[in-house]
Order: sequence, then C-alpha cells, then structure tokens
Amino acid sequence: MADLLTALRKTQVWKSIFRHGPPNTTRNRTLVVLSNFFLHLHPVKVRKSGIRLSYTWCMGGLTFFLFLVETITGLLLMFYYRPTAEYAFQDIMALREHVALGLMREMHRWGAHAMVITVWLHMYRVFLTGSYKPPREFNWNVGVILLVLTLLLSFTGYLLPWDQLAIWAVTVGTNMARATPLLGHEGPGAAFLTLGGVNLIHAGDDVRFALLSGRFVGEATLLRFYVLHCVGFPLVAATLMAIHFWRVRKDGGISGPL
Amino acid sequence: MEAFKKLVNALANPTVYFILTVVLLAGYLLFRKFLTKPAFALAFLGFSVAFFCLSLTDPNFREIVTKPDNVPIVIMLGLVLYLTWLSLRRAVLNDEMMKRGEPNLEARESKDRVFTWPDLVYTELICMVLCTIALTVWSIELGAPLEEPSAPARTPNPSKAPWYFLGLQEMLVYYDPWIAGVVLPSLIIVGLMAVPYLDRNPKGNGYYTFEERPFAVSFYLFGFLILWVSLVVLGTFLRGPNWSFFGPFQRWDIHFLEPLVNVNLSEYFWVKGLGEPLPASPLLRELPGILVVVGYFLLVPPLLLSVSKLFRGFFIELGVARYSTFVILLLIEFSLPIKMVLRWTINLKYIVSFPEFFFNI
Ligand code: HEM
Repeated sequence: MADLLTALRKTQVWKSIFRHGPPNTTRNRTLVVLSNFFLHLHPVKVRKSGIRLSYTWCMGGLTFFLFLVETITGLLLMFYYRPTAEYAFQDIMALREHVALGLMREMHRWGAHAMVITVWLHMYRVFLTGSYKPPREFNWNVGVILLVLTLLLSFTGYLLPWDQLAIWAVTVGTNMARATPLLGHEGPGAAFLTLGGVNLIHAGDDVRFALLSGRFVGEATLLRFYVLHCVGFPLVAATLMAIHFWRVRKDGGISGPL
Repeated sequence: MEAFKKLVNALANPTVYFILTVVLLAGYLLFRKFLTKPAFALAFLGFSVAFFCLSLTDPNFREIVTKPDNVPIVIMLGLVLYLTWLSLRRAVLNDEMMKRGEPNLEARESKDRVFTWPDLVYTELICMVLCTIALTVWSIELGAPLEEPSAPARTPNPSKAPWYFLGLQEMLVYYDPWIAGVVLPSLIIVGLMAVPYLDRNPKGNGYYTFEERPFAVSFYLFGFLILWVSLVVLGTFLRGPNWSFFGPFQRWDIHFLEPLVNVNLSEYFWVKGLGEPLPASPLLRELPGILVVVGYFLLVPPLLLSVSKLFRGFFIELGVARYSTFVILLLIEFSLPIKMVLRWTINLKYIVSFPEFFFNI
C-alpha cells in the first residue's frame, strides 16, 4: 500500500497535480498549504491555542461544512422537485416513497436545522472569547449578515414541501410584515401615507405583498421563495463566506491573547 | 409521580419559568467558581439525563419532544448547556491564573505556531467525518416531517412559525406585531452589529474570561440564553392551541382558552385612578402612557449615570454618542422583561394605545 503510494507519487500525472513531496518535512508542509487552492484558505502556520476544540468548538468550520452539505444535497433535490402548487407536494412525497437516495431530503432538512444551531453557537463562542474586538469588528459584522442569511435560507426552504406545516409556518412568519411601520397595511403610520385622499399602502401593495407576491401564501410565493432559496441567498451567502474567511486571515488569524 | 408532574407543570408556567431561568442564570454566574467544578457539572448532567429519560415515559411529554422538527431543539439545548459550562469553566480557570499573575490557558499556547498540515487539517477532517456520520444516522433514524397537503382554508391550531423564530412569536404575547415582529428583530440585528463599536473594553480579546468583562458576558448570556434560547423552548414545548400555556406533562387541549382580562394603562389612570371616564380625545387619553414611555427613554439614562458607578464608567469610556446608543438599545431590550412583569402583576395590556393607527406599545 505504502509502496503503491510511493510509486504513484513518481508518476507524471501525480507530479502534475501536486508539485511537492509528501507533507512530512517543513518545506513540504508549507508547500502543501501554499500550492493547494482549497487549503490556501489557511495560513501555513497557526496559533496552537486558536485551533483547540475547547477554544473554537469548531463551530465556524462546521457551519461552513454544513453549508456545503446543503449545497450538494440541495442540488440533488432540485432534480426531483418542481416548485409549482400542482407538483411540489407530490414530488416531496415521491422523494420519500420511491426515489433512490430520497434520504437526501432528510439530510437536507436536518442539515439545515443543524446549521442554524451551529451558527448560533459559533457566534456564542466568538462573543465569549471577545473575538469581535479590534481588529475583528468588521468580520463580526459580516458574520451578523451571514447569520441573517442562514435564517432566511432556512425560512425560505421551510415553505417548499408545500404541506400544512410549511404554508402555515410561513404564513405566521410573514404575517408580521403586515405590521411594518409605514410600509405594512396594518402598521403604525401607514394610514398617514395618502395621496389626494387615496391610501398608498393597502393589503395589495405593502411589504407583505412584496414578500409573498400576493395577499396570501400561494403559488407565486412558492416560486419566489424557491428562487431565493436555491439561487439568490446561497450566492450572497457564499460570497460573504469567502469574505469572512479571507478577513479571518487578514485580521491576524483566529484570535488569541496578544 | 403525579404530584411531581403537577409540580413541574406549575413551575413551567411562563411567569415562574421566566423568573426561574433568570434566577438560575444569575445564581450560576455568582457561584460560578463552585458550580463549574467538573464534579458538579457531572452531577447536573446525570440529573438532567435521568429527568429527561423519566419524562419520556409520560405520553404527553414524549409526543411533543419526539416530534421530528423538535428533535433539533433538544439537541441544541444539550449543546448550549454543555458549551455554556465549558466556556465558564475556562473563564474561571483563566481568571484564577491571571489573578496569580500567570498566563491564562490560551496565552500559554498562543505564541506557539503549529503547521496547518497536519495539526489543523486533521482536526478539520475528523470534525467533518463525525458530522457526516451524525447527520447520516440522524437522517436514517428520523424521517423529515410531511403533513397533509397545504390547505389554505384550514388553519391548524396552534399555528407556529419555524422553531428558530418561536422566541419572537412568544414576544407577540406581550407586544404587538409591529414591535415583536418588525422593530425588535431589526434592533437585534442592529444591536449585534453595534456590539464591537460599543464594547470598548480592550481586555478579554482572544481568551475566555468573566472577571475582565463581567457586564458584557452577563449581558450576552442574558440575551442569548434567556431571551432567545429559553423563549424558543417555551414557545415550542409549552405553548399549545391558541398559544395557551401547557405544562410539559399536560395534554394539549384544543378547547382550553385563557380568559383575557388585560387592561390598558389609560384605563388604569383615568378610570381606576381618577374615577373619571376615559377622555374623548385620544391624545389626552394616552397622555399618561406617552409620558411614561418618553420618561423611560429620557430620564433613565441620566438617572443611571447618577446612581450607578458602572454606568458612569461606561459614559467616560464611550462618550456621549456611543453611550446614548448603548443605553437606548439596553432600555429597549429591558422593556421586554419589564412589559412581561407588568402583564403578570397588573394585567397591563398596552402602555400607549392608538388602535386607530395600529400604534400600540
Ligand atoms: C454562515 C455562517 C458562518 C460561517 C460559515 C462562519 C465561519 C467561520 C470560520 C470557519 C471561522 C474560523 C474560526 C472558527 O471556526 O471559529 C470564523 C471566524 C469568525 N467568525 Fe464566523 N462564520 C459564520 C457566521 C458568523 C457569525 C454569525 C458571526 C458573528 C456575528 C461570525 C463572526 C466571526 C468572527 C468575529 C470570527 C473571527 C474569530 C476569531 O478570530 O477568533 N461568524 N467564522
């Protein structure tokens, strides 16, 4: 086995991919991080205190890993799922009853719940270690937006099974938007926004209408949430994660006492 | 057994529950040196596991806890308790070391640099593998929920938002949707973003500590553990049909309705206090409430300054602009428990109420 690996390392194919020897010398351990696209998210050397599990709880890393799990399982689900009132529920049913690897739905759902939990715990640890203090103020803010995006991703996904649980949870969740000050038709101040005696804000054009693209949770809502869930929010989240990780490095790596 | 269940049901009543969690947290922080000792933590672990397993024998408890979408909350609760203990334990150890003039746990190793490969990469790999295994087992064991097809005409009772928003839904009991559903969540986000600019204490950056930043840590623990996590738990496990309260061992009875006997402040002031009818002019009617709210925001900040050395310290450290932002956010956060207490003690509904404009506080 070891011989095979040594032999493999000598082939031109291997050498064309990995431009250094096995990572058991200082030089090669440096090169493996520097010359690998994925690993070079990391610096070559890290603070010993900063990578202890008892320090970071690995919660940021797990959040990112769960995001990747969600991307992959979500992609597989997209092959089967059609976001229309006619098919959505049936397709979920089919995933459960007779699609090979329908387990993807379970993994996607529990992974999403787990991600919400890990992101809270990550923030918890960042606060308790005071890691938002200078120079990491900005990265904390990127994090807050990521937190909001995680919740939005989860919330938009909640609607897609199109069962009673889904539409009522989203109905309850978005009912609040009615009461947005000024912009919701049952919000304080909206009654004052009139033009020549005509109310500008009513049930047919307030924020809730914009969220749901209708007065109720309906097919248009399903499409809207689907697009945001599968394309919109993941793109923004992935971009912000890239910034987040880059900033972790630029701000001096994982925090530790100076 | 029945008597014990009755007792737990009574303790889980929102009023007692909230006060109990606050007292427990305060006590834990106060006696942290003793309570974070591993022996005590283990005893607590044993006790809670035993309590949980015993409770599972109760059909009502089992039904609600093993509902697929509620399982993550049980997991979260375990993790939150464990990690809270872990961080406080390290904080206590660090504080003791620093008092003795020694470097703390993190400082001992922070000058050491280790290679990313293998130290970090292997840790990451192991975490990923364990996470994958856990997720796979979880997915095989527990099917994702799927209820009947959507029926817009049939409202389930209770109708609940996804579990991570149930803290906010619980706040709807005390505040109208425009505050509980729009203003508070926005302010939570704004408040979180403001944290690094409002906390100017340079100490405690990069290690666990309590004594170097007691206010910041207590404040966050209160916000996260009490106002967020414990309200999620309350909203999920203890709120049944009509958002009525049910103890953990009680059956969710659809026909149970709590009578609403809440009274507005205007009524307290004019009718019960002065013995007069409510004034016809809405502005006059609500004047007492408006004064209370304005007074709360205008008078409390200077009051805090004059009575509290802690807040004088904040003022000197932060300057006028930051101090005002900080105190206003703090006052808004504390308006929630205040309103809760007012509801429980004197059944207060609204402090200011202009139903004409949907403006109720
Ligand atoms: C999708 C969400 C997120 C992902 C994938 C993520 C990922 C990460 C990772 C991998 C790290 C490296 C250290 C560690 O694992 O603890 C990190 C650090 C950090 N994160 Fe996040 N994070 C997310 C959300 C957040 C949130 C919600 C906050 C705070 C509001 C936050 C604030 C920070 C800060 C300040 C650091 C630097 C900590 C240090 O240097 O010790 N992140 N993040």
